[in-house]
Amino acid sequence: MATRERPLSPHLQVYKPQITSVLSIVHRATGVVLAFGSLVLAAWLVAAAGSAQAFATFNGLMGSLVGKLALFVFSACLVYHFLNGLRHLAWDTGRGYDIPKVYASGYAVLVLSVVLTAALWWFGLGAAA
Amino acid sequence: MSLRNPLSTAKGLGSAKDGTGHWWNQRLTAIALALLTPWFVVFAVGLIGDGQDAVRRAVAQPLSATLLSSFVLSLFWHARLGLQVVVEDYVHGAMEIALQIAIKFVYALAAIAALLAIGRIVFTA
Repeated sequence: MATRERPLSPHLQVYKPQITSVLSIVHRATGVVLAFGSLVLAAWLVAAAGSAQAFATFNGLMGSLVGKLALFVFSACLVYHFLNGLRHLAWDTGRGYDIPKVYASGYAVLVLSVVLTAALWWFGLGAAA
Repeated sequence: MSLRNPLSTAKGLGSAKDGTGHWWNQRLTAIALALLTPWFVVFAVGLIGDGQDAVRRAVAQPLSATLLSSFVLSLFWHARLGLQVVVEDYVHGAMEIALQIAIKFVYALAAIAALLAIGRIVFTA
């Protein structure tokens, strides 16, 4: 039997973006970013356990503009994935599935993500100064 | 009438022989990370601007070393399970197999490297 390319579900492009689907996609995307970020954490531990030169090289990389930008992206992704992950765990217990609750928790995650990421960098930059 | 072997039904592992194992481990590591991440963030922010000796002293504290080891193990396990699903969904053919193997190896290496690094810091403190 001849096989041909058949349309796959879901067709993300034919749906109007909604907060439910967008937050779900962002959860996945931030998870992938954090998977790479976790390797930076491993590199930090290896550098700290290694020579003074290794630690200085790591600090130089992360202290550069690109390094700081990466740290900012990792921190924002971590805060979002953490908060939305709690939302997923609550769903896993069967709670919060009504559409108004799903929307409310979704907006709460977005607002809290911005607030907590800003707070993190406020304290972080204060500690660095 | 079910054509399934009763033993297969009782075991509940399905055709992939893993049952709900992947889903459950993803949730278990999620709960561990939900508890450990706030600690790690406070720990990491507290080390900003510190020199190597100060970082090593902080990591070498028994409680910090224990929580940090738990954190990295949960993190790499959770990351591996998550990436596996993403690759299953979007990548197909030979590239899928290659990526799945690479993901397992990279995160196993990361876990071993992180634990050895923490161990080296603890045992040379």
